[in-house]
Parts: sequence; structure tokens; C-alpha cells
Amino acid sequence: MSLRGRDLVSIRDLSREEITAVLDAARRMIPLAEGRKSGAQLRGRIVAMAFFEPSTRTRLSFESAVQRLGGSCITIADAGATSIRKGESLYDTIRMLTSYADAIVLRHPKEGAARLAARASDRPVINAGDGAGQHPTQTLLDLATIRERFGTLSGLRVVLFGDLKFGRTVHSLAYALALFGSELILSGPEGLRLPAEHRAELAQQGAKVREEPDAAAAIREADVLYVTRIQKERFPDEAEYRRVAGTYRIDAKSLEGAKKEMIVMHPLPRVGEIAPEVDATPHAAYFRQSFLAVPVRMALLAAILAGGRGGD
Amino acid sequence: MRELKITPIRNGTVIDHITNGLAFEVLRILGPRQLGRDSTISVAVHVRSGKLGWKDIVKVENIELTPRTVNAIALIAPTATISIIHDFRVREKRTVDLPAKIVGVLRCPNANCISNQPEPLESEFDVVARRPTVLACAFCERRVDEFLTHLA
Repeated sequence: MSLRGRDLVSIRDLSREEITAVLDAARRMIPLAEGRKSGAQLRGRIVAMAFFEPSTRTRLSFESAVQRLGGSCITIADAGATSIRKGESLYDTIRMLTSYADAIVLRHPKEGAARLAARASDRPVINAGDGAGQHPTQTLLDLATIRERFGTLSGLRVVLFGDLKFGRTVHSLAYALALFGSELILSGPEGLRLPAEHRAELAQQGAKVREEPDAAAAIREADVLYVTRIQKERFPDEAEYRRVAGTYRIDAKSLEGAKKEMIVMHPLPRVGEIAPEVDATPHAAYFRQSFLAVPVRMALLAAILAGGRGGD
Repeated sequence: MRELKITPIRNGTVIDHITNGLAFEVLRILGPRQLGRDSTISVAVHVRSGKLGWKDIVKVENIELTPRTVNAIALIAPTATISIIHDFRVREKRTVDLPAKIVGVLRCPNANCISNQPEPLESEFDVVARRPTVLACAFCERRVDEFLTHLA
């Protein structure tokens, strides 16, 4: 079981054991991610950051991960400045990048772009988000956050709250949590429920899933409250967006009935779903979550490029 | 051979046991405009069938179907049988079987899928369930269980 030389397009590309191995390695990467130790697993390696869609935290955390391990990056951060604008296909762009870099991290607005890139490239491709499709490293860092706090990914009650229809992070996360045997409770606005296709898949997987339309009731029994951003760009018009967005917001009051050890997570950026006052409560885990992006991505890059277990 | 309401063909292909009403979709797949000058297509619609109750039949002279065409027929008319005729004799008769991958037959219904972009690739679907058939796009993983409107 080695990730060396492998692509990571979807979280489904990894077995439960492989996910666990990456999370273990990520834990050992934390002192390096904090800059307290230095790593060298990627020395002499170049990783291409091919970002065809705006992204701050994903790109910067990948760049930080590469550099913390002694590697270097070449970056496309603005697709408008590349020959894509001249009509070059993604396929050709990826072929070109394979001769400049040892691995490619891709963010692209079209679903399936990472699968295409993986076929075009003889170097490993890591999907950093393709449209409304997959974002497997986000799922890994979400799992790392939960596991760091609870020491396990099994037997927890995880409330997925908010935009379950368009939020790509929740689809992969739901799959992975079900893989580890946690219970999923779905809550949020009526029009943004989990699509039937995903529900059917979870059912097929044997997942424990149920709906709890009453947010307060869901929060009371949660070990993890995973809040997602309502994606404005997915709505047909502004008025509809505002109507739905206004219906849910987590503040200190809404957490009053929560278990003491319950954590609130969010893939960030938030736009009003979580009030800033929640930051000061012991429940807030979203900034830790965004920090863990670095050690998780370090562990993954080390495993794929150096075959290392990372941090050893 | 009471079902032979149209004349037997010397050489070519008979697509039998097509779900009643789908003969014209099969024709669309065959692309009659691309046929050579020696090809004639005969169609029988609403023919009595012991197996299906009613069925359609399409006969194409002097043509053997490509695997891609057979796959497309298998998707929309899974009950169809295909007979290759040589000199009025059935040389080979088989049901249409879906392979594990369907390449170049359907367009992905997801407008935002990379396979609908001007990239050097063919559409590709994995068969994820049979009876009824469900496909998943090999790129964006979108599931498809209705094929007529997505034929490429």
C-alpha cells in the first residue's frame, strides 16, 4: 500500500487504510508545518500549482506544504494570463506542465478536469477542486481536524449543516465519514438538501444517515457541526439567494444547547454563516481546520512524491 | 417466419426485438445519411412478438455495425438482438451486451463537465448498474439513466 506516484482525483481513490496512513503522517508533520522543524522530503522537487480558478487558502497551503518540505513551486495563479486564453486545451497545458514539474496540483472550474489531467499527465496529479466535483484534500483535512479532537473517526455524530446540495466538500466528507462508520445528520434550508443521487450512494454504502430539519435539535446531539457556505454563484437570482442565506446562521446563542466537546467546522471562507462571536467559544475549530491543511498536504505530497511516511 | 413482413436481405444486419416505438431512435443511431449507396434500410414498427408483445425491427443491407453503434443500440434498446446476414443466411446472432465502458456514444448531461469542452477526448461512461442500466461519467462521475436525449 503505497501512494508513491499515484494520482489523487477523488477521495474514493483512497482506501480507509490509506486515509488513516495519510492522517497519521500528517500528525507527524505538524512540527514541520509550524516551522519548528525543517523537512527535506521534497528537496530538489518541483510541484506545479495549476490554478484556473481563484483560490487563496488551497493554493497558499499547498505552496507552504511544498516549501516546508524543501521543494519548490511553479504557479499558474491567474488563468487569464496563460495561453488558455489563446484557446489552449487543458490537455495540452497539462502535457506541457509534466515536462516542467514532478507533480501537478490542479484547481479548475470544470467537473472532471482532474480526471482528464491525470490521463494527460505521466506525473502525479492532485485534485485541488474541480468545479462542483471533487476536492479530496479538503476531505482529508476535515477528517484530520475531527480525528485530532476526538482521537477517532468512528461512532461520532456529525451534523452536516447548510448547503448540502451544491457544497462539494460535504459530498466527499459524507462518503468518507460513512466509510469510517460515523453517523450523519443532515440539516439546513429546505431547498438545499442533499441530492437524491448522493443519498442513494450513501445508502448503498450502508451509511447511517438521517435528516433533522430542526437545527437546534441537530446541534444538541452533535459531536461535530460542519457548516458550509451557501454558494451565491449557484443561485439563479440574488433575491432567492438572500432569502435562503438569511435562514441560517450559527451564533453563540444557537450553540447554547450543544455538548461541551462539540466542535464547529467550516471549510472557509465564511460569509455570515458563523457569527464572529463563535470564534471565542471552545467550539470553534475552523481556524485549526485551515491550519491542518498544511500538514495534511505535506503528508500527501511526501507520500506521493517521496514514498515517505512523512515526519519519520 | 411469420414476423418477416419485410423482405429478407442478402447481406447485412437485422436488428430485431427492438422495444416497440424505438425503431426511429435506432435509425437515428445508424445515421441513414451516412450510409453508402448500396445500403437500404427497412423498418417494421409494431410487429407481434412472442417475447415482447410488440416490437420493432430494422434491417440494414450491406452493413455490419461498428461496436460503437451496437453499444448505442444496447443502451436504448437492451432487448435487441443483432443478426449478421451473409447470403440470406444468419451467420451470427447475438444479444446486445453492454461492455463495462461506453466510449463516444453519449454526451455527458452535466454542462459543466470537462468532457463537454473542446478537449481532445471522447466521452466515456462506466456501467455502474445493469437492469436497469445506470452509467457514470468517467470524468465528472455524473450518473445517467436516460440515454435517448444524450446520444452524441
